Amino acid sequence: MNRLRWRKIVNAVMAAVTGLCALTAVAPLLFVLGLLAVKGASSINWSFLTQLPKPTGEIGGGMANAIVGSGQLLLLAAVFGVPLGVAGGIYLSEFGGWGVPFVVRYAADLLVSVPSIVIGIFAYAVVVIRMGHFSAIAGGFALGVMLLPIVVTNTEQFLRTVPVWLREGSLALGAGHWKTTISVVVPAAMQGILTGILLALARVAGETAPLLFTAFNNDYWARGFGQPVSSLPVRIYEYALSPYDDYHRQAWAAALLLLGLVLLVNVLSRLVLARRMAARRIA
Amino acid sequence: MASADTTVGAQLRGSPRGRWKWLGGTRGVDLIARLVTLAAALTVLVVTVWLVVDLWQTSRLPRHQFGFKFLLDRVWDPVFGHFGALPFVYGTLVTSAVAMAISVPLGVGAAIFLAELAPRNISDVLTFFIELLAAVPSVVFGVVGIFVVVPWVRTSFGPFLKDVLGFLPLFQGPNYGVCFLTAGLVLSIMVLPFIVSISREVLLSVPLELREGALALGSTKWESVWKVVVPTARTGILGSIFLALARALGETMAVTMVIGNTPKIAASLFAPGYSIAAVIANEFTEATGDLYLQSLVELGLVLFGVTLVLHAVARVLVQATAQKARSAA
Repeated sequence: MNRLRWRKIVNAVMAAVTGLCALTAVAPLLFVLGLLAVKGASSINWSFLTQLPKPTGEIGGGMANAIVGSGQLLLLAAVFGVPLGVAGGIYLSEFGGWGVPFVVRYAADLLVSVPSIVIGIFAYAVVVIRMGHFSAIAGGFALGVMLLPIVVTNTEQFLRTVPVWLREGSLALGAGHWKTTISVVVPAAMQGILTGILLALARVAGETAPLLFTAFNNDYWARGFGQPVSSLPVRIYEYALSPYDDYHRQAWAAALLLLGLVLLVNVLSRLVLARRMAARRIA
Repeated sequence: MASADTTVGAQLRGSPRGRWKWLGGTRGVDLIARLVTLAAALTVLVVTVWLVVDLWQTSRLPRHQFGFKFLLDRVWDPVFGHFGALPFVYGTLVTSAVAMAISVPLGVGAAIFLAELAPRNISDVLTFFIELLAAVPSVVFGVVGIFVVVPWVRTSFGPFLKDVLGFLPLFQGPNYGVCFLTAGLVLSIMVLPFIVSISREVLLSVPLELREGALALGSTKWESVWKVVVPTARTGILGSIFLALARALGETMAVTMVIGNTPKIAASLFAPGYSIAAVIANEFTEATGDLYLQSLVELGLVLFGVTLVLHAVARVLVQATAQKARSAA
């Protein structure tokens, strides 16, 4: 009987210990969010959003060019990564047989796992050396290389969830292979594909390492895509390491802005995907 | 795979209509679409191969000059053109080891709770929050690290460790806050969600019958989890740890901001150090001369190779568990 009591105590203690582990794992997110809100919220104001950075030592100024720059880089990344990624995903799911999809999937997996700083080296060697200077194009290329495999994998997975009988119905009505794909299969998976693209963009939006020696940084507006361009993550990095209090204040604010946007996209996308999954389970 | 048989392509290829595809019309469109999407899919392959070839070629000089000794030489002296990577390799390994020592027990414990012990709706909510942690940009962790964790390690946590464990060489020497320990702490939080979410999935894939069997034989809930479910899922959990380790080794920004960026090897966790990714981030733009730049590229190649191997192993382990669970069901 004593032994049984001991086993029950172990049972209760381990439940408490693992529960504590789970709570500890949740805590950092809430801690980081709360901390950023306290330190950064008061500094997000009109001038922060609309002004250029002030020269070192002067109080004030903002991150307008970094916000726009991040947008530019994401746009370039999307131009490079999204069409290729979606088309590649369509091939893997709809046209592929055995060999090519296996190899491409493996390559995509490999590319996703490459540390982002290494992607930066690659973009430096491919774009920066060729152009002779840092540029938004190089940064966009680096982010696009990170985006591409994620979009390919996501697109393929969402297309695979479309039931085979939808394709069969379309083919039975006389539509060709491509016609079936583009007007039946892709629309059925469209919501998932778009959500996947948004999630992928949110992920590369926070990347700093691949931008350090590709897009570099810029205290002014970048004229066109051939110039170095500022971005939120690189700006946060630079300001956080600077010795000035006013820069620190702005780093907190920018970190809050960046994290807020990234988390917003994540939460909304996950809710959409969860609804989709639930709907499929009922059907 | 069964999935290959369900693609329309597989069905069409066997049909007699396939013979007409060269004649234009619908068949022609299909052929063009197939070729265009094939080209898009192949860009992934091309980019990957290009990346590997590019890194390999751009790191030729140090490979010829230093060979394998590059990794074992502890002197990094750009002024005299002498490049040894040992301090960076050491820093990367030490910070990752600290991160794993914290995140593995914490993450596996949390995964066990979320998969086995918590009610499903509570588990779903907690998992949602933990997975969101993986979406936090690493530079944000860096900001929190430099302004909060560094002072905390300098004034509270470090002195506490010195009092309790100061007899170990690991916890001796001056403590500035920017050190291996701080980098490891920040890393442990960053890789935690990978361990939790993958381990949880693996645990959930273990068939219900195994738990029922253990419970029917009179084991407590915990005994059924610890002696039956966890051993079944062991290889998959190990896979999640390898994935987390790969992340930790390659992580750049947060580590760069708190490790102290000093190319030295020290036994103490309170000493400032350097990691492979951090030295690339810091010195790449100011590297003068081909040998210097190419030595940094070679460091990138090393990082790439290591994460590649870890990922391959992790994939095999996770898939092996999934297969085991399926055959047991």
